[in-house]
Parts: sequence; structure tokens; C-alpha cells
Amino acid sequence: MGKTLFHKVWEDHAVRKLPNGQTQLFIGTHLIHEVTSPQAFGMLRDLGLTVKYPSRTFATVDHIVPTNELVEPYSDPLAQAMIEALRKNTKEFGITFFDTNTGKQGVVHIVGPEQGITQPGTTIACGDSHTATHGAFGAIAFGIGTSQVRDVLATQTMALSPLKVRRINVDGKLAPGVYAKDVILHIIRLLGVNGGIGFAYEYGGEVFDNFSMEERMTVCNMSIEGGARCGYVNPDEKTFEYLKGRPYTPNGAKWEDAVKKWKSYASDKDAEYDDVVNIKAEDIKPTVTWGINPGQAVFIDENLPLLDELDGTDRANAAEAFEHMSLTPGAPIRGTKIDVAFIGSCTNGRLSDLEEAAKYIKGKHVAPGVTAICVPGSQVVAKIAEEKGLDEVFREAGFEWRGAGCSMCLAMNPDKLKGNQLSASSSNRNFKGRQGSPTGRTILMSPVMVAAAAVTGEVCDAREVFGFAETVSA
Amino acid sequence: MAALEKITKVTGRAVPVPGDDVDTDRIIPARFMKCVTFDGLGEFAFYDVRYDGEGNKKQHPLNEKRFEGATIMLVGSNFGCGSSREHAPQSLHKFGVRAIIGLSYAEIFFGNSTTLGMPCVSVDKNTLHTLTQFVEAHPEKALTIDLEKMTVTAGENSYPITLAESAHDGLLAGEWDPLALLLNKPEDIEAVADRLHYV
Repeated sequence: MGKTLFHKVWEDHAVRKLPNGQTQLFIGTHLIHEVTSPQAFGMLRDLGLTVKYPSRTFATVDHIVPTNELVEPYSDPLAQAMIEALRKNTKEFGITFFDTNTGKQGVVHIVGPEQGITQPGTTIACGDSHTATHGAFGAIAFGIGTSQVRDVLATQTMALSPLKVRRINVDGKLAPGVYAKDVILHIIRLLGVNGGIGFAYEYGGEVFDNFSMEERMTVCNMSIEGGARCGYVNPDEKTFEYLKGRPYTPNGAKWEDAVKKWKSYASDKDAEYDDVVNIKAEDIKPTVTWGINPGQAVFIDENLPLLDELDGTDRANAAEAFEHMSLTPGAPIRGTKIDVAFIGSCTNGRLSDLEEAAKYIKGKHVAPGVTAICVPGSQVVAKIAEEKGLDEVFREAGFEWRGAGCSMCLAMNPDKLKGNQLSASSSNRNFKGRQGSPTGRTILMSPVMVAAAAVTGEVCDAREVFGFAETVSA
Repeated sequence: MAALEKITKVTGRAVPVPGDDVDTDRIIPARFMKCVTFDGLGEFAFYDVRYDGEGNKKQHPLNEKRFEGATIMLVGSNFGCGSSREHAPQSLHKFGVRAIIGLSYAEIFFGNSTTLGMPCVSVDKNTLHTLTQFVEAHPEKALTIDLEKMTVTAGENSYPITLAESAHDGLLAGEWDPLALLLNKPEDIEAVADRLHYV
């Protein structure tokens, strides 16, 4: 019986079995940022330890960077202290740091792939749950806590229990206006926010074969929202094409060797899975959340659930969600007024996201009373977008064009919702308080759907607003 | 490294924290993560659940006098989902929590908690209901989680608990923080690094 990519990578990186039954797993690539690393470096110093493989650790700063205040010192002294701590730690331990003056800074999960650091058949860890993103390249990538950041710094390994593998096939063709974000929101809605506990998700099928690397990243990114520890797509020609010529990718004679090795990690045709889920692409429509976790989602043309339709636990959660969101059970989600539109984050702050939204927003204008911000995921994304004139398209449409960072996804910088503002957001979490205000409200959707909401001032069907409704079956 | 304490039992009064899918943003809102140490995080545990916008206490079990000083939390399913922030279990630990009894946990939260020596044990729905009723009726009485017998005792009655074997073994052996184990065979780590194509 064949093996999955997960099992092949796991076996190649296993150091030994620990007495408690866990595996000591070698972490080939460690990505760090300013929020979850300072305490880890503090623990290293307290224990008199050093960084074992500094050349395999890469740092950038993303969560706390103000996106509209590019000169230091930042007005928030706590943010300034955090960026300085990372500078000190990376310098002292000899770690590569993509600082704000390098032109390479950005959200860690966007920087890794675009620098070619993220590669197939590797293990990756980072103190951020969206590390799952890197699985788009056929890497096994884990979000970890700070004590594990310490473990990886000190030993380049961590203790892990093995996972089961669930293959999720999405076959067929997505209708126009249906994006990678809709695919993952649909998967989470279907399998539940805790459905992935104990699993790695392997995504495949025609839809994933046809997806760009950026689209694969969007889906893998939100694996954690479905409870899975990691998610991945088997590497293919598209993966290799994306990586070729990037700063940290093997080149020259080493390139062919690397590709050969990378190919060998893909799951075998007869690989055995612990679970298989089949989804038809034609069944997926533009999807938006209505509640306080990413599984509380509906198609844009659906009505919100009625409490009576739900069983005990789901009903209690839904009641809490309706109260927080000020939404009515059974009502349509369409027409819900928004205050803020946010395009950005590690889920949807890549070049293709900005290009796709710009394509439709061009010549249109943000509705009165709506604050709209577009935040490129990295300085590289910002630069290319600006060369293509996307910044002008967004500005002319009434969006603010910002510097690179996590921004209003989790609002550790000044980009925050105020009071009970409602945000149409391309990010990954609609948790209470997530966007910076305890009473703020978040509706997750694709960047094009955010653009449509920005233009109309309400949650709406982008396919109608932007005139491709005629291509959509009734 | 100094040897760790073996964790075989946790005894303490308990407080119910209702709800499923309680995410780590709720346990510690992101704005309190602007820090370079974990010190002082205890006061921000469940901040937006416990306080309103003006800093006034809201109605919540964690604010009730009768549950003050409780060291065990009773929670629902998928507790600690969302962000991997270790600030979440750190803030609970510094708030005084020493163990959690619930239906299920998100994996990163579970691992982070174990590394702090704070067991997250699971019970079935009926047991959770029974324990919650017991604690509501007798907030002054302690529960005992016994990791050797794998039971939780409330008053005269004991109920079975479950805990992932790796966490269970680590806590009982005083090896719940794996760093010492990870450090003790560097030659094995180097052997893997040498055979990997990219290191």
C-alpha cells in the first residue's frame, strides 16, 4: 500500500520516539515573528542555550507593524519595543531578518513562499496557527506555541504526536465568482470547526490541480479554522514553476536534483487515507460567515438558519452568534449593512487577490460611510501591485492603500474596528473581538465579495454587482 | 535542566465557563499580547468576557464571588480553538488555573497547556453536566482530578476522565515540558539534518 506525503515527510524527519510516545520531529524551516518569539528567546537565555541551526530560521515582523505609519519610532511604544526585541534577538543569534528596510518584510506566511524558503517535502514550524499555509507547496507546516518556538530554536526539533490524514477531493469546475476562499469556507462549514482535530488535511482533485499556488495557499491557510493541525496539496509542475528562480530556491545544477526529490514526496497513487471526503465544485457558491466562528457560514443567496433547525450545541452557539452580530435567524444575509471593508491578511493579501478585486473595483466607488482599506501582504506584493498600478485603482475607488502587515485581521496595530462596526473582511477569523473591538463584528468572504460589499455598502452577491450574474446558473 | 514536578493529582474548587468553540482570542484578546514576557497576563484572562468597554465587571461565573480562587475550569468542546498563541494558557495559568475539565480541546492549545503542566482532561457530556451542577450547588467544595486513577471526584462520586497518552505519561513522569528530552541526544538530530536534502 502506498504512502501519503504526510507519512513520507514525517518518516524522513523523525529523530526518535520519546518516552511519552510522541515523536521528536526535525523542523527543517523555522519562521519567527515579533509576537510569539520574544518569550522564547527569553527562555533560551534563562537556560543558557543557543540557536542550534540559525541558518534554518527566518524572521520578519508583521502583526504589530502599523500600515499607515512607516517611520519609526511608532506611536505605540509597545509595538516599537516588540520590533526592537526581534532585531536584537535575530542579531544576537545570527538569524536572517526581513526587516522593514529590506523590501522583503510582510506577513510571515506570504514572505516564506515568495522568498522561496517554503519548499516541498520539508517540515516548517512557526508560532502562528496559519503556518498551515505553507502546505500549499507540499510541506508539512505546523502552527506552534511559544514553548515550542523555544524547543525549535534550541534543538531544531519538537515533540509531536502523529496525525491521521483526511483526503479532501474537490472535483469539477468552480463557477465564475466562486473562489478559493469559498472552497475553504464551504469545507469548514461541511466538516465543522472541530472536524479536523487529529488530522492533516490533504487537498486534491481537479479544482486543486487547476488552482494557482496562491489559491492553494488560501485554502491551506484556513485548515486550522477547520480544526486540522496542517493542510497540504501535493507538489506538481505548478509548484516547481512558482519556486523557480526565487531567492532561497536551489538553482543551477541543484535545481533538477531538488525537483526530483520534491516529486518523490507526493502521495502515492495507491496511498491509504484515514478518511476521504468528496465535494463537487458545482455545489459551491460564494460563501459568507454570519456568526462568530468560520464554520457559521451560508451561501450568499441563502437565509440564515432558524434556531429550531439546529441541535442543542449548535443552537446555543448560534443564539450567541446572532446576539453578537445583531442578525436575525431566518433572515437573508444579503442586504446586511457594512461599515468597514478589509482586503488583506495571510489568507487573501497576495498579489492575485489584489488583482482580482482591482479588476472589478476599477471605475466603481466605495459607498458613502464605508471605510475601505487594502493592505498588501508583503512589501514585495505592494511593490509589484504598485508597478501594475493597482494602488491607483484602489485609491480612485475610495480605498486606502496601506503598507504591508497583518493589519485588521487581528488588529494588533492601529487598524481596528470601533464600537460595533461591521466589517466585510477577506481575513480568516470572525471571532468576537478579533478585529480590535470587543463588540466589533466580522463577516468573512472572498476579496471580490469584499469589493462588492464596499461598493454597495452591504453584504451582496459580487456576481450580480459586477455583472457576471449571467454566467451563473439559476 | 532542573527536574520537573510529577503531576499526579490536581485538587481545587472549580468554575464553569460555558460555551463551545471558545477561541484563544476570547481567552486573551490580541491587544494584550503586546508584550515581550508572559508576566502580568493573568489579569487579562477572558478580559472581554469579564469586563465591558468601560472596565466594569460583567455578569460571568469568572466574576462571581463564590467561584473566586477556583483552580479548575469546566469547559465545553473544542476549547482553545483558533490562534496558536501560548499567551492563552499562560494567562489562565497566571490567573490561577491548574487544570481544565472539558469535552474536547483544540490541539495546539492542548499541547501548549501540557507544556505548562496544566492538564486538560476530557469527560463525556453527562459527566460535564453532573460536574457543573455539583459545582453550581457546592462552589465551596473541591474537585480532585486523579491522573493515576484517571478519575475526577466530586463529593462522594467519581467519574472517568480521558487524556491523550503522551500528555498523561509526560505529566506522571515529570516530563511534561519536553525540552530536556529534546536536548539529550544531539547526535540523533544531527544525523537527520545530515541526511535531509535541504538542510
